[in-house]
Amino acid sequence: MSVADFAFYILAITTVASGFCTVVSKNPVHSVLWLIASFLGAAGLFVLLGAEFLAMLLIIVYVGAVAVLFLFVVMMLDVDFAELKAGMAQSVPLALLIGVILLLQLGSVIGVWQFSDGAEAARAAITPAIEETHNTMALGQVLYTDYILLFQLAGLILLVAMIGAIVLTLRHRTNVKRQNVVAQMHRDPAQALEMLDVKPGQGL
Amino acid sequence: MVEFFTTTNLGIFLLIVLQSLAVVVPLLVALAFLLWGDRKIWAAVQLRKGPNVVGAFGLMQSFADFLKYVLKEIVVPAGADRFVFFLAPMLSLTLAMTAWAVIPFNDGWVVADLNVAILFVFAVSSLEVYGVIMGGWASNSKYPFLGSLRSAAQMISYEVSIGLIIIGVVISTGSLNFGDIVMAQDGAGLFSWYWLPHFPMVFLFLISSLAETNRPPFDLPEAESELVAGYQVEYSSTPFLLFMVGEYVAIVLMCTLISLLFFGGWLSPIKALPDGIFWLLIKIVFFFFVFSMVKAITPRYRYDQLMRIGWKVFLPLSLAWVVLVAFFAQYGLFWGAYARWTVGG
Repeated sequence: MSVADFAFYILAITTVASGFCTVVSKNPVHSVLWLIASFLGAAGLFVLLGAEFLAMLLIIVYVGAVAVLFLFVVMMLDVDFAELKAGMAQSVPLALLIGVILLLQLGSVIGVWQFSDGAEAARAAITPAIEETHNTMALGQVLYTDYILLFQLAGLILLVAMIGAIVLTLRHRTNVKRQNVVAQMHRDPAQALEMLDVKPGQGL
Repeated sequence: MVEFFTTTNLGIFLLIVLQSLAVVVPLLVALAFLLWGDRKIWAAVQLRKGPNVVGAFGLMQSFADFLKYVLKEIVVPAGADRFVFFLAPMLSLTLAMTAWAVIPFNDGWVVADLNVAILFVFAVSSLEVYGVIMGGWASNSKYPFLGSLRSAAQMISYEVSIGLIIIGVVISTGSLNFGDIVMAQDGAGLFSWYWLPHFPMVFLFLISSLAETNRPPFDLPEAESELVAGYQVEYSSTPFLLFMVGEYVAIVLMCTLISLLFFGGWLSPIKALPDGIFWLLIKIVFFFFVFSMVKAITPRYRYDQLMRIGWKVFLPLSLAWVVLVAFFAQYGLFWGAYARWTVGG
């Protein structure tokens, strides 16, 4: 068994085991921590496949930002563990069904990519030769030349989603005292402070 | 002998272990003296003497402190999540150390010469927030928890601007590899380094890295006047030591990043003098001095001010800078100072 095989089995076992622990863990915070371990394992698998750019992106975006916010929310929520566990038995069949459907969909996507007639030609047409460029650059060239429109549209959709989320949650309550930064910065020490010469024992 | 280290599995493994030790051991020893220097500078600004008892000029102070931390009793608060409580400080130090695997100290002196080295450092430094969050939560106490929530928001906010500033440098170089980034700054010495074309971003990067490493004036997660010591309240003895060493390793890493990205790494400032690791070390120590001075002379920020600067000032500025740099680089403006593509093009 070569070093790469060994690394693959370690990472694959970590990923699957952490994924399993995410589901069965009793404490929601532990669940998120297991999820993070699972993400890291997946990133390791990406590195083994030679997709180091995707691996780093997975860590930066999902582990470094999304999972932190997730952890943030889960820690703040006051979750009743007993209630959560009681409802679990009922939703297991539904969860299994969704899981099976997702697996089938993923399988069919990969199957089409692997076996359909046009797939081989389509892949060859956009992939630069491996000796000319490394995969970060190849990815950039594909994204920003062949798929520039789709890429920018995806960005635009995310922007709209972000603005939507902000608009939905933004509210200005009138009874709250707010910081006015401009007013704070333009305060004049001469008007804000008064120097007094206080005599001992007299006070103001 | 050489073949054993380059061909057999065991040899390669041993070579990597030895290389890692060659980075980690000098780093930790240097850190002991940097910590001493930090305290001395801080003391000097406040007209105190600072540590001056252990060894000549107090030089051995850090080692005495180390012994004290290690020999003390570890106290675990009641109701703490023991596993996460001990995992957090270890994670903090391990992650801070991991990033050094891709830092080059001289031309080719690097443990792992990755194509995506700078993304690796960025990824690892974005993971460092977990040590803080997990420590604060596992302590099962109010102040640590508040501190960890603050740090989660703070570190994520400033990561955004750090990432965008790095993108500017990467656009100029056309590569994510540290070696390429430094060699792209080779030329007429001091004035061909990236600090000149990327001038405003040097300051933004410095300030963002202060916030990212929870250094004063942005040490809100451990603000002692409000939160006692934030996420570190419940930690004592060795776990606390791990947190502190992790924090300082992250600070030195940020100093190294500034030197590599904007100040030419191991390149010499005057063309006639030879390049070498010597220059990189001088630059790192200089930026550590800057970090210490900032700690000594600035008052702590208010939390809402910190967030406002991060999102309303730094983010738009660095985003605009990325667009501007892309424009300059594409059209080769300013005598090609922004387009030094070392690969492809």
